[in-house]
Amino acid sequence: MSGIDPGLLVTVLKRATALGATAADGFLVDERHFSATVRLGEVDTVTHSHDQRLSLRVFAGRASAAASTSDLSPDSLERVVGEATRLAKITAEDPHAGLPDPAELTASIPDLDLADAGGHDLSPEAKIDIARRAEAAALSADARVKNSEGAEFWDRQARYAYATSSGFAGGYATSSFGITASPVAAQNGEMQRDSWYTMARKRARLDDPAEVGRTAAKRAVRRLGARKVKTTEVPVIFDPETAASLVRAIAGAVAGPSLYRRASFLLDRLGARIAAPSVTIVDDGLRPGALGSRPFDGEGMATRRTVLVNEGVLESYLLDSYSARKLGLASTHHAARDGAGVTVATTNLTLQPGSARPEDLIGSVREGFYVTELIGFGVNGVTGDYSRGAVGLWIENGALAYPVEEVTIAGNLLDMLAGVDGIGNDLVLRDRTAAPTVKIARMVVAGE
Amino acid sequence: MVDLVRARPESFFADRFNITSSTIDRLLGSALRGKVDDADIYLEYRIIEELVLEEGAVKKASRHVSQGAGVRAQAGTRTGYAHTDDISIENLEEAARQARAIATEANASAVVAVQSGRPHDLYALAEAPIAADLTRKLDLLRAADQAARAADPRVRQVIASITSEDVIVFVMTATGWTVGDIRPLTRLNVTVIAEDGPKREIGTYGGGGRVAFDWFLEANRWQRFAREAARQAGLKLAAVDAPAGTMTVVLGPGWPGILLHEAIGHGLEGDFNRKGVSAFAGRLGQKVASELVTVVDDGTIPNRRGSLNVDDEGTPTSRNVLIDRGVLCGYMQDKLNARLMGMKATGNGRRESYAHPPMPRMTNTFMLAGDEAPEDILRSVKQGLYAVAFGGGQVDITSGKFVFSASEAYLIEDGQVTKPVKGATLIGNGPDALTRVSRVGHDLKLDEGIGTCGKDGQSVPVGVGLPTIRIDGMTVGGTQV
Repeated sequence: MSGIDPGLLVTVLKRATALGATAADGFLVDERHFSATVRLGEVDTVTHSHDQRLSLRVFAGRASAAASTSDLSPDSLERVVGEATRLAKITAEDPHAGLPDPAELTASIPDLDLADAGGHDLSPEAKIDIARRAEAAALSADARVKNSEGAEFWDRQARYAYATSSGFAGGYATSSFGITASPVAAQNGEMQRDSWYTMARKRARLDDPAEVGRTAAKRAVRRLGARKVKTTEVPVIFDPETAASLVRAIAGAVAGPSLYRRASFLLDRLGARIAAPSVTIVDDGLRPGALGSRPFDGEGMATRRTVLVNEGVLESYLLDSYSARKLGLASTHHAARDGAGVTVATTNLTLQPGSARPEDLIGSVREGFYVTELIGFGVNGVTGDYSRGAVGLWIENGALAYPVEEVTIAGNLLDMLAGVDGIGNDLVLRDRTAAPTVKIARMVVAGE
Repeated sequence: MVDLVRARPESFFADRFNITSSTIDRLLGSALRGKVDDADIYLEYRIIEELVLEEGAVKKASRHVSQGAGVRAQAGTRTGYAHTDDISIENLEEAARQARAIATEANASAVVAVQSGRPHDLYALAEAPIAADLTRKLDLLRAADQAARAADPRVRQVIASITSEDVIVFVMTATGWTVGDIRPLTRLNVTVIAEDGPKREIGTYGGGGRVAFDWFLEANRWQRFAREAARQAGLKLAAVDAPAGTMTVVLGPGWPGILLHEAIGHGLEGDFNRKGVSAFAGRLGQKVASELVTVVDDGTIPNRRGSLNVDDEGTPTSRNVLIDRGVLCGYMQDKLNARLMGMKATGNGRRESYAHPPMPRMTNTFMLAGDEAPEDILRSVKQGLYAVAFGGGQVDITSGKFVFSASEAYLIEDGQVTKPVKGATLIGNGPDALTRVSRVGHDLKLDEGIGTCGKDGQSVPVGVGLPTIRIDGMTVGGTQV
């Protein structure tokens, strides 16, 4: 299955150059989405949608502007091209602005096996039934699971096309599928929710819905009886889901725009040790059938495998062509399109697994905190200062002892990375960004 | 293009897409009789303009148009929703067919006409902010850049942006009732990076609302925003580590009202209570806060970011008292949850866009003023934290635990505000946090117009407000044990 015909884009780009643009590129997305939520066995919400969006970037010499529309009628496209070229005339010249050199654009578009045309071929009733099975498994997993925020099945088909006025035109298609269950456990007047999910590019690769429901139930039930702990400084172990958020924070700090704005705690650290030697972080956009894979980036440059951190040393930033030129480096092919133009995004980003079994990491801690959920936005990307609400289980004498809530964990990301004291062997690529269990030597837990 | 935004919503969609009231009857009327409890069509047209200054020059400008229709049918607790960005009769018919599929087995009562009342007129502007002259906006961004740099020589980077939008909405219900709204919105934001030797810090400030561009010029607001961003960054360069543990916390007026949004606001949205998954479910009439605390959600304040003439289901917004002198007295409702709970729709049914079904959301949420002088409140604290600016917050509705992150805070020592401390997350328990409010100032302030609330992947603009308050015992997530 191929992408959408970039013909429409090519027409729009020609019109932009006719109106005075010196260069232009455009991105076209067409997506169909279905979602069914079931709650307490009954259908709750069913949503169908079909959306399209064309986004355009226009250059007038070294000045540029962007425009986008969901209305692909000829009149509307004519207006969008006009708006973008008009805006490009009022913006300031920027010596670093411009399309990538055509010679750098991808010569071929690899088939990364990202679509599952047949996978979408399921009646709404059958899709609803998948959600129903996930929720039923959660509700019957434990007598303490008494309520539910529901379970959802969704699928999404998307087609992308990209073209430049320099002659590049390419496209590709993707599929994605997901199941989420969000049960509520209750005991002695206390309520706790949690959730679990599965996502894949092929429907057949989703986890069994009943397994998703049971895992969600287990996660909700284990939070019952949660308490606050006394304020202390202890080893903290992040489960794979919360460890992935640390990897995202590092990716944000090495993204081109954060660096040229000097808004990063990893500024000027290329080639320097930023983490314990056990830490290796890889972004690999070429994994066949993976959620974060794409054949080319938002500027038509070939996707790659990039080692960001190699045994603790920062080896690469994440750059599009603009931030690369500003920093005097080469693009790492991480451009992505958003409505307002070009930004930087990772593909399949992972903290590479270590050799420790997660239970041995927990076993190595006399008193500590095993974190299973983080809330809030308390990460300062400029300084690395870190302070977030946390939920999890207290570790006593090497074993999970009781659930904990209403506490924060705090430190500085640089200290935390240097203090990585063990990495699990349990990496599973459940999402575009993933990590195994991570142990950090010491953090402050604030509670009573 | 700009003239479109002065159109009347009903004629706008009729002229542009040939959608009239007879269309509604065709899509929602006869086909649904006796099968649904409610049904509606929501039409939306949105233009967004964004101008960004970086390194002293406006290098980024963008303009985005989106349009679409959402068709919804409801039966019992079920909702069928379909949306399309191609507003044609054929696509609407297909969307209606998909939405109605939900209703086929239902044995609902017929659609009941709800008296919806008159919409407000809270933001009629002489000129919509998106229509203001581009050169004036560019000049303002450059002036803000200069003001931030002049405020502190350590300012190394300034990123200033003006975002303006105009949204035209039109709601048509199965009973034939229609209502439209034109919603202007704008915001100026200034972010600075200040450096002192190897130390770097960020400061950010801004504001806006459903106001004309000139609002930024009144009382030199733009200059104040720029100077505030520089001041915050400079202050943080000198900040010491924040304390860790439970202590007395004094919150300053205005944006710290995000406490209310997280601690109780989300927990009082109708959907979570109807489902029994909120920590506040079944607690109407109970004491959930100190008697000093009265909290309202008010969507009717003129020109505020969180205000609406009608919500996204066509219900006029209202002023809803959520907590009256400590007692929980109201939820925020959309039509579905109001019907299922036997309550009144409160004008809180909101959605991010036509691509999303509505749900109960906040508008402008704030605590009424008390009678104490803010200085006296600070003087009453022997040891504690004084927090005046915050980043975002988040809540777990079911357990009631919430966080919000201070970006400007100070130690209080013997009643005096002393050293600035680094940012730290504050954590509490919603049903319990407001019972610890021991003093309330007379200085109620609403925020400057910067809030965006996310729920289930949908973002909507909101406002908050707070007088200076003292909370006896809140956990502060610093690093100083």
